[in-house]
Amino acid sequence: MEYIDRYRDPESIERLVAQIRAISRKQAKLMEVCGTHTVTIGRNGIREILPRHISLISGPGCPVCVTPVEAIDRAVALAQKQDVTIATFGDLIRVPGSETTLLRQRGEGADIRIVYSAYDALHLAQEDGGRQVVFLGIGFETTAPTVAAVIRRAKETGVRNFAVLSMHKVLPPALMALVESPQLGIDGFICPGHVTTIIGIEPYETIADDFHVPCVVAGFEPLDVLEAVGLLVRQIEMGEARVEIQYRRGVSPDGNPKARAVMEEVFEPCDSVWRGFGLLPKSGLRISDSYADFDATRKYEIAPVNPREPEGCICGDILRGLRQPPDCPLFQTTCRPDSPVGACMVSSEGTCAAYYKYYRR
Amino acid sequence: MCLGIPMQIRRIDGNVAEAALSGTTRPVYLDILGEEVRVGDYVIVHAGFAIHKIDEREAGETLDLFREAGILDLDSGTDHGVH
Ligand code: SF4
Repeated sequence: MEYIDRYRDPESIERLVAQIRAISRKQAKLMEVCGTHTVTIGRNGIREILPRHISLISGPGCPVCVTPVEAIDRAVALAQKQDVTIATFGDLIRVPGSETTLLRQRGEGADIRIVYSAYDALHLAQEDGGRQVVFLGIGFETTAPTVAAVIRRAKETGVRNFAVLSMHKVLPPALMALVESPQLGIDGFICPGHVTTIIGIEPYETIADDFHVPCVVAGFEPLDVLEAVGLLVRQIEMGEARVEIQYRRGVSPDGNPKARAVMEEVFEPCDSVWRGFGLLPKSGLRISDSYADFDATRKYEIAPVNPREPEGCICGDILRGLRQPPDCPLFQTTCRPDSPVGACMVSSEGTCAAYYKYYRR
Repeated sequence: MCLGIPMQIRRIDGNVAEAALSGTTRPVYLDILGEEVRVGDYVIVHAGFAIHKIDEREAGETLDLFREAGILDLDSGTDHGVH
């Protein structure tokens, strides 16, 4: 993809920064919601090249990070069942639960496989009809439709040894919780490109219209993020609050209706606990009754758990943008990517992991 | 983990395509893609699924804007707004 290289062109970056400097007068606190944006910003030193009065803070945009301890505990309980094979995306297995991690369970003999797509998990079930395969469904609106499509395929093909533990979450309720929290004072959102590819821009309109916070949907290359910052700054300087799409090559305003349709067919909204936020109404997705056979929570008894957060970890505040990783006493001392204490240090898109990689002192 | 990667479609077989990115190829599922795709098209791939056909025209336009870097001109309303 040679055009991608051009989205990293240093000369254009310099020119864009110069233009932001030229128009920016007001203090602006911008939140990048998506973990991939956090990485782009860190890797390219975007915080450092912006005027000082523009601050970029990281939000709850890493699905692994917002998955609460009790959900990890449930996954661990499932992994401990004799006849169950767990299939999961890689990040999740290192996230600390109350007592242990999936990775440690694997060391103790649990059958846990890393897969690249939900289809891989279904194929595992089809190849070995004697095993019960449970896929750990995690992710926002970008991932949820992919898992929904696979559950639908499992039903169509009559697979009986496949189920999903749905821990999926939808982003808009978390954004609403953020704009409603007065202590935070966010002046603009850099909205996640690929979540918006699916959901379209409609969900952000309340934020712009009712809360007067501008929203710009951004792509993931350095020039994309900088252009989004520029568009936000321009709105802020002019006292406007609209939804704009910077990432037009990857997002159409009405999103991907086909993906939403399968998501709505297989899942239904449910209240869900987010790390740092607590219970947010209608912010999760559970498997609907017509696909109950594929719902791990209905298929298996999962013992109730008594969740315990890792001691000293301030992930919850970091995910709400209230504190930054260097504010955590464990950051880069006890807590490092090779020995994460909290969830935000696990995934490479976690805020603490990104700060460790790009802002270590 | 919400990373989406642009890949080029090399072959299509039912709901699965073979897509390439700098030399390596991978199976990519087309189940949730709204647009028709043909061999040679680019798609954004997330968790093994194509989620969006990349609009090359839009890509080109964004690049033109970057090249001119006239995008932050406060006086000339650009067409970035969507409503
Ligand atoms: S540095 Fe580690 S312990 Fe501290 S908030 Fe981040 S993940 Fe939690």
